[in-house]
Amino acid sequence: MISKKVANVQEALKGVADNMTFMFGGFGLSGIPENSIAELVRLGVKGLKCISNNAGVDDFGLGLLLQGKQIDKMTSSYVGENDEFERQMLSGELEVELIPQGTLAERCRAAQAGFPAVYTPAGYGTEVAEGKETREFDGKMYVLEYAFKADFAFVKAWKGDEAGNLIFKGTARNFNPNMCGAAKITVAEVEELVPVGTLDPNQIHIPGIFVKRIFQGERYEKRIEQRTVRQRD
Amino acid sequence: MLDKNGIAKRIAKEVQDGYYVNLGIGIPTLVANYVRDDIEVEFQSENGVLGMGPFPFEGEEDADIINAGKQTITTLPGASFFDSATSFSMIRGQHVDLTILGAMEVAENGDIANWKIPGKMVKGMGGAMDLVASAENIIVAMMHTNRAGASKLLKRCSLPLTGVGCVKKIVTNLAVLEVTANGFKLLERAPGVSVDDIKNATEGTLIIEDDIPEMNL
Repeated sequence: MISKKVANVQEALKGVADNMTFMFGGFGLSGIPENSIAELVRLGVKGLKCISNNAGVDDFGLGLLLQGKQIDKMTSSYVGENDEFERQMLSGELEVELIPQGTLAERCRAAQAGFPAVYTPAGYGTEVAEGKETREFDGKMYVLEYAFKADFAFVKAWKGDEAGNLIFKGTARNFNPNMCGAAKITVAEVEELVPVGTLDPNQIHIPGIFVKRIFQGERYEKRIEQRTVRQRD
Repeated sequence: MLDKNGIAKRIAKEVQDGYYVNLGIGIPTLVANYVRDDIEVEFQSENGVLGMGPFPFEGEEDADIINAGKQTITTLPGASFFDSATSFSMIRGQHVDLTILGAMEVAENGDIANWKIPGKMVKGMGGAMDLVASAENIIVAMMHTNRAGASKLLKRCSLPLTGVGCVKKIVTNLAVLEVTANGFKLLERAPGVSVDDIKNATEGTLIIEDDIPEMNL
């Protein structure tokens, strides 16, 4: 067994530096790598280029890095519900590249799978496709989108073992599996780090080969963005 | 004239047995409340769930189970979770039968704009560009006019586009319309709404053939 286990978040984030490109799993605040984000805030690294579907809220998730003006550029599909983000974007402090959500997922998967680029129909004929190569296949137009290049991918899983195998829970899975192995170094934090041999190999979502470092996360807040309920009859 | 729930109720009649359906945020989300209960339908949410159920009871919310609007939800028997790339494989690969989404503008050639108002609002397109570029069956749910009273059914969209030539059907508070090669073809009127009311609220080319029936809700 090749061990990917590191003692703590400090060890897991060794090598992060100013001006790097990072990927972050999560959809809204669901399945975000809370511990890694908190450590990046503590380290104070700046000039970051971040790839993440969303940008958190003002006081949680990637919003914490925005508050400290640590991010220079965001590549996302949806960035609502964040006043500080909007302020920095409109003032020009923050560069923002908005791309279709499926394209974001596929640019991660392409990086993970060794494809330099993929053709997608999403965005054809819109400003998203401006300046990009297009091509017709069977009478339909497609846009060429390049695989991401990133220094670190920070993902969060439900359970993991020392070998780096990961299992996700519910919709907290989202972009996390697609980002594993899509950057030079993939750091996985898990709610429960178990001994090898405990997880059923049939149930593994991401094999450990895609993970470089794994650590036991602490004090998950798992904040709910839109609490919606129904009444009991 | 219909309210938002009325629009959702009318669109629910388009949902057929065996359909996998993607519902956008806003009015489309309400459609789930009105689908006949004698047919089998599964709702897909692009953040990674198929077989979405109703909101959870109070105290049973789970931060790990949400929809694309980031609302807490439940799942129904037979549901599945998956990653974002798989989710968009369902959408891009045309495995989803019906897509229902909102819009700021629709043009008579089927173009749609719903993600950006330059200088005012830039929240992003989320999954909308993937959905409209691939779905074969797209219904737009929206009010016929904007808050200022201007038509949202136009000759040409003025806002940045989400997709080109993709909308097939539109259900508004006033009417049901089909996008054809020659413009918006009026199919049905909302209760209490006249053909003239619809004409006055439509900037794009409106095709009116024979008598236009009132919606059967």
